[in-house]
Amino acid sequence: MRLRIVHEIVYAFDPPANGAIQTLRLTPRGHDGQFVVNWRIEVDHDCRLSSARDPFGNIVQSFNTDGKLDGLAITALGEVETHDMAGMVRGQSERFPVAVYLRDTQLTESDQGIRSFAAEIDAASPPDRLSTLHALMDGLHDAMEPGETEDDRAIAAFAARKGDARALAHVFIAAARHLGIPSRYASGYLFKPGSEEPDHSEHGWAEAFIEGVGWIGFDAACNICPTDAYVRLAIGLDRVGAAPVRGAAYGDWSAVPKVTIRISEAGTVKQP
Amino acid sequence: MVVAFDEMGSSGDSCRPGYEVLKRWLESTPPDLLTTRRAEAELLFRRIGITFNVYGDEAGEERLIPFDIIPRILTKKEWSVLARGLEQRVKALNAFLADIYSKGEILRAGLVPDDLIYRNPYYRPEMAGLKLAHDIYVMIAGIDIVRVDPDTFYVLEDNARTPSGVSYMLENREVMMRLFPDLFAEQRIAPVENYPDALLATLKSVAPRSASSDPTVALLTPGPYNSAFYEHSFLADKLGIELVEGRDLLVRDNVVYMRTTEGPKRVDVLYRRLDDDFLDPLTFRPDSALGVPGLMSAYRAGNITLSNAVGTGVADDKAVYSYMPEIVRFYLGEEPLLQNVPTWRCREPDALKYVLDHLPEMVVKEVAGSGGYGMLIGPTADKKTIAEFAAKLAANPDDFIAQPTLALSTSPTFVDSGVAPRHVDLRPFVLTGGDKVRIVPGGLTRVALKAGSLVVNSSQGGGTKDTWVLDA
Repeated sequence: MRLRIVHEIVYAFDPPANGAIQTLRLTPRGHDGQFVVNWRIEVDHDCRLSSARDPFGNIVQSFNTDGKLDGLAITALGEVETHDMAGMVRGQSERFPVAVYLRDTQLTESDQGIRSFAAEIDAASPPDRLSTLHALMDGLHDAMEPGETEDDRAIAAFAARKGDARALAHVFIAAARHLGIPSRYASGYLFKPGSEEPDHSEHGWAEAFIEGVGWIGFDAACNICPTDAYVRLAIGLDRVGAAPVRGAAYGDWSAVPKVTIRISEAGTVKQP
Repeated sequence: MVVAFDEMGSSGDSCRPGYEVLKRWLESTPPDLLTTRRAEAELLFRRIGITFNVYGDEAGEERLIPFDIIPRILTKKEWSVLARGLEQRVKALNAFLADIYSKGEILRAGLVPDDLIYRNPYYRPEMAGLKLAHDIYVMIAGIDIVRVDPDTFYVLEDNARTPSGVSYMLENREVMMRLFPDLFAEQRIAPVENYPDALLATLKSVAPRSASSDPTVALLTPGPYNSAFYEHSFLADKLGIELVEGRDLLVRDNVVYMRTTEGPKRVDVLYRRLDDDFLDPLTFRPDSALGVPGLMSAYRAGNITLSNAVGTGVADDKAVYSYMPEIVRFYLGEEPLLQNVPTWRCREPDALKYVLDHLPEMVVKEVAGSGGYGMLIGPTADKKTIAEFAAKLAANPDDFIAQPTLALSTSPTFVDSGVAPRHVDLRPFVLTGGDKVRIVPGGLTRVALKAGSLVVNSSQGGGTKDTWVLDA
């Protein structure tokens, strides 16, 4: 599938900010099943984008703007060719020993509730790790009601039995790590054919490592391993670590941008 | 109860080498005069303004750390043995950090379990593969030393994050010189006043290679609400560098600047007294308003040196501490000159069993704890406390290590009942620069003021003493 993505991030600063600085993980990398045909990032202010790799291998761009500004718009857009790999992530260099992906973070910490849930699923599923992870995805999909929550920490989402795709990924990661399975968070895009409304946040899912198999994605919100409808942007230990945009404005530290994401099949929708 | 080794050797007429002048002076000085001097010392400290806040103390009242006017003395010979051991230890700590943030050879060799590092809360994945200007992670180390007999010094803890207390070392000396000029005239005592110069030279020596020949250094503080703020402003003043908060700094095109009245000025080295978690909201905690957005990008680009480096906390973890002898041998191919206190790692089932069976004799510490909080001192704890601790230990064994209760050495101390022995430790400060290692002779002696107590932490009834290294 060839997907065309337009991802807009628009800040409004009131009162005007005195300069802003942004860190972007907003450029997908290529790997088996994901070929980036073209991609660019536009900023509506003068700035120099500097590009680097973070230790997870993500492409990180950063820039700053000087002077007074009452708004800032960042647009990432491009086309990505995807193939269904049944969730397998291959053909990408891995920089960390997998043991790093057993670390807890604030967002992916587990509590007794998550640990018991994970242990029960582990006990009831066939002995191989792949079956356990599929059972975990099934189990979470059934146990959790979809919806936005204020707090997307694994513990909070699991206690409320409610969360969006990103919160569910945190619960999945917390449970898998408790079972000793290295797990991480992937941010990206999900193409939903027929959906007219744009998305207002990026998608997120979990990836787990199985010895001898490698990294496999699990999207508990959709109860599916990523297909060719998925475009993978960045990875991290949790949502914050893989966030497409982290920014600060001098004078207005906590401005929350308005996000609009439009995904279409390239060639099938007329571009404006 | 084991009789502790007294460093003066207070029984009888004789005394240990180095203490001759002090002993004679103590014997010839009436208690009234000591009381007067102590009051004068307290007045001087209040005027200088050294105070500290105790975490969790609701009133948030500023307290003066008790100061004992009787110095603790080390001979030149004792010190030179210690200094060599300290230099070796910090060298190994730096090599260890450089390794675990790059190839991880010590983990591959199976000498240190990798989960102890990779799952450690103080390990920072963000540091992996980051090449530091001089491969130095810990420019400023505070190594806590205890002594149990004339020849045995143990390292109790390595402080590789932001060791504090050096301002007390400097102030204690200043006050002692004012109160007892005669004692200083009678013998040669190694100076400590050059510490600020040594620190500044160290910090300049680790500047990025792109910096000018006279690099700009600034001290980054979390601000006046931090318990060590006094020390931050004191040191900035002594070093003649700017004291800045996060909001005074900005990052432009991966270069760090401080705002000044003459416009932005480039900063090359940040002596940061702000924890990793708060350094950069774009990399670590997004809710930190104390840090500098973009600082880590500048760090990664090699345009700023942070002292100490990010992620050094993994080296002062108490479970990692227990591997220090192996770490020294692995990187330096030498036998460690300073010994560790024998340590049981409760994460190992056999060790846990032993510890649980012997709790009343042991000291148990949280691996990530500091300041003497969250520890059990078996011999002085009641049965209920021990039982509660045993439950905590059994539930989360990974979080604890245990050590035998050491008979820490004592030093004569002026307390309400007169001059009496009290347990002491020593925190020397080891400065590692791009050019050389600098260690000011002595360090901060902490003393447990309560009779029999082994807890020297200022937050728990400890005081300080001036530390004299005799220069002859």
